[in-house]
Amino acid sequence: MAPLTEPIPLPELTTDELSRYSRHLILPEVGMEGQQRLKAARVLCVGTGGLGSPLALYLAAAGIGTLGLVDFDVVDASNLQRQIIHATKDIGRKKLDSAEEKLKALNPALNVIKHDTMLSSANALEILKDYDIVADGTDNFPTRYLVNDACVLQGKPNVYGSIFRFEGQASVFATEDGPCYRCLYPEPPPPGLVPSCAEGGVLGILPGLVGVIQATEVIKLILGKGAPLIGRLLLVDALNMRFRELKLRKNPECPVCGLNPTVTELIDYQNFCGIVPEAAQDANTKNGIPQISVKELKRRMDAGEEVYLIDVREPYEYQIAQIGGKLIPQNDVPRRLAEIDRNREVIVHCRSGARSQKIAEFLMQSGYPRVTNVAGGILAWSDEIDPTVQKY
Amino acid sequence: MTIFIPTPLRTFAGGQDAVEVNATTISEALAKLTETHPELRRHLFTAEGKLRAFVNVYFNDEDVRYLPAKEATAVTAADTLSIIPSIAGGWTN
Ligand SMILES: [Zn+2]
Repeated sequence: MAPLTEPIPLPELTTDELSRYSRHLILPEVGMEGQQRLKAARVLCVGTGGLGSPLALYLAAAGIGTLGLVDFDVVDASNLQRQIIHATKDIGRKKLDSAEEKLKALNPALNVIKHDTMLSSANALEILKDYDIVADGTDNFPTRYLVNDACVLQGKPNVYGSIFRFEGQASVFATEDGPCYRCLYPEPPPPGLVPSCAEGGVLGILPGLVGVIQATEVIKLILGKGAPLIGRLLLVDALNMRFRELKLRKNPECPVCGLNPTVTELIDYQNFCGIVPEAAQDANTKNGIPQISVKELKRRMDAGEEVYLIDVREPYEYQIAQIGGKLIPQNDVPRRLAEIDRNREVIVHCRSGARSQKIAEFLMQSGYPRVTNVAGGILAWSDEIDPTVQKY
Repeated sequence: MTIFIPTPLRTFAGGQDAVEVNATTISEALAKLTETHPELRRHLFTAEGKLRAFVNVYFNDEDVRYLPAKEATAVTAADTLSIIPSIAGGWTN
């Protein structure tokens, strides 16, 4: 943390700031100098979603001088259950604009820098270079590895948080002597094996818990006070409300921060994470499973064909929307194979096409000769065939 | 010993968040776990029987990869194993 706590010319606090931050100023661990350090600090928040919302709000309240936000998304109604920086009136608006408005309302002196883009290998180093610390509030493996590698290459601490259902992880990566995300996980899981939040769900409050832990770590790094989460992985289990801590070590063989790094510049992270570009995927099979578009499925239904459609979503999803498939939730499929006719073409669907692809592959491995996946699932059906089918 | 099962893998362990096994070493404990819950096997191990790169196993609070005896480390009933897969969530999803 040396670069952050080195003597630098610190900005003076205004009269307004002296009263605004009075509860900080009387803390010996913050005090006048600490508050000036916060004012001088430049923090990049990657994502203004579940983790980014509480993170950005608390950093703004705490008196961080410059807050960079990276996002390209727009606010959706399904975000509001957890992304507390956005409000109902913001639905359809750019998350960056919505977030900036709330942050400036909270703290007009805050300098907000909006990066209206998807962080990529092409722009990450350029975006990161002006910041002291990066807080990773992303939702996907390619961006996590990208943020990690860019932080290691530029020597910037990466304050990490991640959530799934009721469970969260937090740590501080890529400090000078500490481990990085790749020391912990050298490789990402193959696509499809780990469900996303959209498929697995997430307790709306959990990103609040984890994002506030990230904000706390950012502040501590800037102040150079306390024991940061370096070399420690904090596990949050909200369902049992249990916090545990595991030791993380810097891996001497780490491909990016180890003794003989093989990753010395940013790579193609989509490819690294096994994600095939859309164009190459358009060919009508994926891992040996033929893909059917919703339009083609509808055409076959309209033509009077009795399509054999299996819906592998959960019962509560079925209650929200369905397109006439027989419901067998994905985890029940292995023990309910007897209910699925081997002699027919089995067409599997889910919400987005991801779970059903996994189940289609499972059925193929289980000896089903003709299995087809509905590309895009319910979401595509709602977009392209019938908008009255409720998206969720 | 107690083996903590993370949320994404609970459906393959009968929904349980922890499983008790009687074992003398870490590898025996993992073998017993996947015997009782065979669905877990392909999530934890490669076809060659190696732990997958995106799954970490901790013996108490220490990464098994950094133990001198690795998976041959002796265990007692009071010890815990934690399976920690990588999770990506956080942003929009
Ligand atoms: Zn590393």
